[in-house]
Amino acid sequence: MYLDSHTHMISRTTDDYERMAAAGVVACIEPAFWLGQPRTHVGTYIDYLSMICGFERFRAGQFGLRHYCTVGLNPKEANNEELAEAVMEILPRYALKEGVVAIGEIGYDEQTELEDRYFRRQLELAKELGLPVMIHTPHRDKKKGTLRSMDVVREHGLDPSWVVIDHNNEETVQAVLDRGFWAAFSIYPFTKMGNERMVEIVRRFGAERIFCDSACDWGISDPLAVPKTAELMRRAGIPEEQIRKVTYANPLEAYGKSGQIKEEDWLNPPPVDQRLLYMGNSILRGGQEPRIEAKTTGLGEDLRIA
Amino acid sequence: MSPSERACALLTRWVVERMPAEAAAWFHTQLAAVASAIEEKPLYLALGWAPRRLGKADLRLSPAELAEAAALRPGFDPIDWSVDQAARVALVLASFDGDPQRFKERLETLFRTADIGETIAFYRGLPLYPAAELLVARAREGARSAMRPVFEAVAHRNPYPKERFDEHAWNHLVLKALFIGTTLDPIQGLDERANPRLARMLCDYAHERWAAGRPVSPELWRCVGPHADDAALEDLARVLETGSGEERKAAALALASCPRPEARALLARYPELEGPIARGEIRWAAFAQG
Repeated sequence: MYLDSHTHMISRTTDDYERMAAAGVVACIEPAFWLGQPRTHVGTYIDYLSMICGFERFRAGQFGLRHYCTVGLNPKEANNEELAEAVMEILPRYALKEGVVAIGEIGYDEQTELEDRYFRRQLELAKELGLPVMIHTPHRDKKKGTLRSMDVVREHGLDPSWVVIDHNNEETVQAVLDRGFWAAFSIYPFTKMGNERMVEIVRRFGAERIFCDSACDWGISDPLAVPKTAELMRRAGIPEEQIRKVTYANPLEAYGKSGQIKEEDWLNPPPVDQRLLYMGNSILRGGQEPRIEAKTTGLGEDLRIA
Repeated sequence: MSPSERACALLTRWVVERMPAEAAAWFHTQLAAVASAIEEKPLYLALGWAPRRLGKADLRLSPAELAEAAALRPGFDPIDWSVDQAARVALVLASFDGDPQRFKERLETLFRTADIGETIAFYRGLPLYPAAELLVARAREGARSAMRPVFEAVAHRNPYPKERFDEHAWNHLVLKALFIGTTLDPIQGLDERANPRLARMLCDYAHERWAAGRPVSPELWRCVGPHADDAALEDLARVLETGSGEERKAAALALASCPRPEARALLARYPELEGPIARGEIRWAAFAQG
């Protein structure tokens, strides 16, 4: 049973949902981000947020996956001030929607002044509404950007145990753990983490406050990254309890602080949800731990993501 | 009290009677804040908090309460509403300040940023809103939804479409119901609003399904029977010859609703169906899918 805590399912096909369900992914979280190119109007932002709170949730339910999301103004689009101001005005309307588990992805891209301004304002919003935060760390000048993100969070008085630092690597993880934040790793070929490296991370740092996600989106990425990494860890002799934390229990605990994501959602969905939103996976009904027959269902021979 | 105030009061009473004192007090406070608000923010926040503070349990209205619903407004049928849905509709009603145009615009804005649960609640509220004539375009939007529970919020147990939809919109609502695989029986006004154009659209649709080797819902024939032309009678004859047990029953029921003598003659060839129909043993409600 896996939880993929970072997926842009809006860019994925129904085949992906089927394969994820077959591989044991029971729930996914869709953080609000850009779409590979920046939006230019607040109207498209509104439709996007409605889509990830609405149709995408419904679509996932058809395949037996529970779908959650985060809402926020991402750092890339924060550099368009007119857009950013308009988005800040509508964000409070979305932050309390059902299944919104955090404010995110927020943080830095190029670490500009505008990025900094809207990062801080959204940290305040998260504090006001009692929501966890998902932080996108920059690809360029990563280490400095990661440290700066954490400093700013501290400055605004947020509890680090409510904040997930995402897209970590070997260079950033120690500082993130030392300061009490959650350290997430996106298993994403070419630009982020490979999963053989992830196995080494868990071997070295253990499983406390560490978890992995796929960050699958419109680029070359793998919606099975979490189950594949779990299987790779299993073969490498990582204890099952640690695998469970890294691929399921930790993200559930972190985002569960929102009160909007609970294990019962997929183990024993309330009748209202079953009637309206969740029509998929009958093996999950009735409060029983789902039995995934073969751990490698649909994963193929080669589990590596480099 | 105005009709919308009476509706708001009834929904509020149902919700509050099911709540512990603290949640009930919270809800009363929100309603008061929304009713006196100058800006929109209290409404957005209350709508967001409602399921968290009040829960999402089924309302499970008693027969007496269902009678109150019917007395409030003909056709109002909240038999499968949940607590949060009733609360959200009550909050929307509480925001009405007597200006129908402003109410319509507010509702439009709410729909534009609604999540699925809110969308369903807002559509279910259609029969209770003031300025019903201003909401037709919004209701038609819901009847085009690809999300089945959203479509059903407009189409099922809701008197709004039969009262407000023109023939074109009505016909597409029925066709869409079949298209997304939901049942027709809970659509109010199904028989009274049957018409020749709809009968023709449905027969064309049945032919498309047959050509593709896909099953045809037995319920489809319900709206064909009363207005069956010669071609439709041929289709019904085909179903009676080659259809499954359920399909044959439905075709026979359709023939029984057709005033033309040819239909009577055709049905008379199947006494094993004609008899039970005459005795009221075969009914459309039995074809409704779960």
